[in-house]
Amino acid sequence: MTPVIEMNGITKEFPGIIANDNITLSVQEGEIHALLGENGAGKSTLMSVLFGLYRAEKGKILVRGQEVDIKNPNDANELGIGMVHQHFKLVDTFSVLDNIILGYEDVDRGFLKKDEARQKIIELSEQYKLKIDPDALIRDISVGQQQRVEILKMLYRNSDILIFDEPTAVLTPQEIEELMKIMKALVKEGRSIILITHKLNEIQQVADRVTILRKGKKIDTLDVKDATNEMLAERMVGRKVLFELEKDPHAPGETVFECEGLTMRDPKTQKAVVSDMHFTVRQGEIVTIAGIEGNGQTEMVYGLTGLKPIERGAITLNGQDISHEPILRRNLIGLAHIPEDRQRYGLVLDYTLANNLILHNYFEDRFQSRGFLDKQAIESFAEHVIDKYDVRSSNGADSMARSMSGGNQQKAILGREIERDTDVIIAVQPTRGLDVGAIEFIHKELLALRDQGKAILLISLELDEVMRLSDRIIVMYEGEHVGEFDPAKTSPEELGLYMSGSKRKEA
Amino acid sequence: MREKTWVDGLLDYFLNSSTAVKVLASIIAIVGGLIVGLVIMLILDPSRAFAGFSTILFGLFRNGTQSIGNMLYYAVPIILTGLSVAFAFRTGLFNIGATGQLTFGAFFAVYVGVNWTFLGSFHWVVALLAGGLAGAFWGMIPGMLKAFRNVNEVVASIMLNYVAMYFSTLMVKTTIYNQSVARAFGPAESAQIPKGFFETLTNGSSLNYGLFVAFLVTAILHVILAKTTFGYQLKSVGFNRDASRYAGMNEKRNIILAMTIAGAVSGLAGAIMFLVPGRFLTIESNLLQEGFTGIAVSLLGLSSPIGVLIAGIFYGSLEIGGFYLQVTTQFVPELIEIIIAAIIYISALALFFQNIIYKTLKKRKDARLEATHE
Repeated sequence: MTPVIEMNGITKEFPGIIANDNITLSVQEGEIHALLGENGAGKSTLMSVLFGLYRAEKGKILVRGQEVDIKNPNDANELGIGMVHQHFKLVDTFSVLDNIILGYEDVDRGFLKKDEARQKIIELSEQYKLKIDPDALIRDISVGQQQRVEILKMLYRNSDILIFDEPTAVLTPQEIEELMKIMKALVKEGRSIILITHKLNEIQQVADRVTILRKGKKIDTLDVKDATNEMLAERMVGRKVLFELEKDPHAPGETVFECEGLTMRDPKTQKAVVSDMHFTVRQGEIVTIAGIEGNGQTEMVYGLTGLKPIERGAITLNGQDISHEPILRRNLIGLAHIPEDRQRYGLVLDYTLANNLILHNYFEDRFQSRGFLDKQAIESFAEHVIDKYDVRSSNGADSMARSMSGGNQQKAILGREIERDTDVIIAVQPTRGLDVGAIEFIHKELLALRDQGKAILLISLELDEVMRLSDRIIVMYEGEHVGEFDPAKTSPEELGLYMSGSKRKEA
Repeated sequence: MREKTWVDGLLDYFLNSSTAVKVLASIIAIVGGLIVGLVIMLILDPSRAFAGFSTILFGLFRNGTQSIGNMLYYAVPIILTGLSVAFAFRTGLFNIGATGQLTFGAFFAVYVGVNWTFLGSFHWVVALLAGGLAGAFWGMIPGMLKAFRNVNEVVASIMLNYVAMYFSTLMVKTTIYNQSVARAFGPAESAQIPKGFFETLTNGSSLNYGLFVAFLVTAILHVILAKTTFGYQLKSVGFNRDASRYAGMNEKRNIILAMTIAGAVSGLAGAIMFLVPGRFLTIESNLLQEGFTGIAVSLLGLSSPIGVLIAGIFYGSLEIGGFYLQVTTQFVPELIEIIIAAIIYISALALFFQNIIYKTLKKRKDARLEATHE
């Protein structure tokens, strides 16, 4: 049988890096073909070549046996190739219907033929159980629903080769379950799917075959039924990966971080984004705030760290009330913060790595005297962090932060915050977008900190991570505390129900 | 195997140094601007175009040290306003108010220069400092508005340019007005910036100790930005305000300080421009161009103090070239302005050039590598 997609010897280079090095990929009709690899392994580049966003320097692409030249996404669409991007390409203030037909409108003498489009969309959504209200505005619907709009968009364009780029990153366990069903239904109809992912469980659940990339090279293509998670992880990372982390029993000490009745309001809409949130964190424990993205976690952290003012409530750090203290004071009393958005808050991208590592302490005597920076001390501190936390970059301490990979940027931030040696560490989605190797490293470091007696508040969307690291789990829904759980006595499914607001514990 | 030659070394150097590529892009912009000027001259008067063009380029050597002195004399205020814009820019602020700060500074400098004759030999120093202080105050206002009320500094400082201009004409009329010629009095001789040894060295050019002020300010700003914790903070705020806030830096204080310092430097420029014989504050409603030229020079100098110093001197050389152009040919000196404008336009494409340079170098290198393998 002719493969529906064949990519032969694809090579794509960027300044200083070969993103795809002679990669070959072949996708059969009616299969779900997973593309597995760490961040920076070249998955997205390869798919961008297929979708016409980049042009490869070398190599051939065959679609249904015909050699093709895909110059731009329109060419790809014409060949029946559609893509759901990791960051959705939707117009927020347009309706679902408008978004689906955008760029593919049927017109009658200059007027849109929306009724026919609506009919077709309703049919498609019924056929594939993609429940959606065609007239809802994108900004009013959930992320899961937005993803359905993206899928409908592809189906509306009659795409039968569908590329999903990390589709589950933003979904709850229940939504992931739904998506998997939809994907299976799609291939049953004879469509083919390429699933970009670094989550092994998803591959086991839905994929027929998997192609593994590492550092721009193709490592292997396997039948999923013959592959174990350990095997896949090893080929992806290039070494053995620990799945279970040794975790000592929980031995908490004194309460060092506490928050009571925390309430914050959106200054524009006046809606309460955090209401009456409360928790305590003791020495030597990891308390996790679990929840779906956009349920007030981000704002809560801004309130705790001082990036945004709070309306009501009391935040206590090491026995001192810091509710209205400036950020510098909180930092000095002993609050470290691994921010959610590492490029916006975590790093000054146009500074060197060395300069980034002293962002909080540049004024300390060890880094300056009489207002003049001590280049040598800064350099040697950077070397120390680079060494200890295995931060890799092209040019050591002098590398621009911008030039570093996401995983190494995150390791640098982690190292910097740990080296500040504070009692309390707030880690917000510390492993977001990272690959298995980096995740493993960061998880180990967090557990080591806990065992040293640090108090850690972890904010995470990944239930795997929540279950693996937490000593206590607090679920946040619409800015509220809806229940506290012992990880030994709960399951991802139960947490999922609380996270989606279906259930809540009465306080 | 082919030996590594200096060409490979040079290619490597440029490929690995973003600064070198940026400098190269600036130089391309300058050459491009000059070519535009030449083309215009060819259209206007082909027979004298090349003679005129060489006047622009080499005019500064026409009268020996005197023209070099005058070139530096023209360059000093431009260097200072360029530094003012560049310094603010490194903190992420666009100081389009240099001309206002300059005007405000100039008025106070001249006021002190006219009236405070009791100061004796310190007179010019005090007048100069008065200009710097006044400029600092004028720069601080948009800084504070930005820091506390989040008012866009571009809008605030543009408006303040006009306030400064009208304030100056009003104050000139009410305090130091020379009725007979309808303009301000010039500063007393003791308030004029001394020419010292430049007088003989540059054969009677207008150059004065203002040059040292420009050098000194360049050095100070360079040291602040490159070596101090203060500069570290300023650049951090300039690159990424959110991350600086996250790290506990007081970004409001930094914004105010950066604008105040930028204002002071423009104020000094104003003082240096008017604490000389033969130049007077007027009561005409014209914004002084030197403030805007500073933006261009700052851009050309890649917002680095030393780059600005070099770009400012280059500007001075064009200016003197323009002066001789007017004297020796019938080309109008406005041509210089067109050339400057073309340079600015082309440097706005700097990023584009940087990419082209990078790609060309890379190709050369690859070609050489391939040749090596054969």
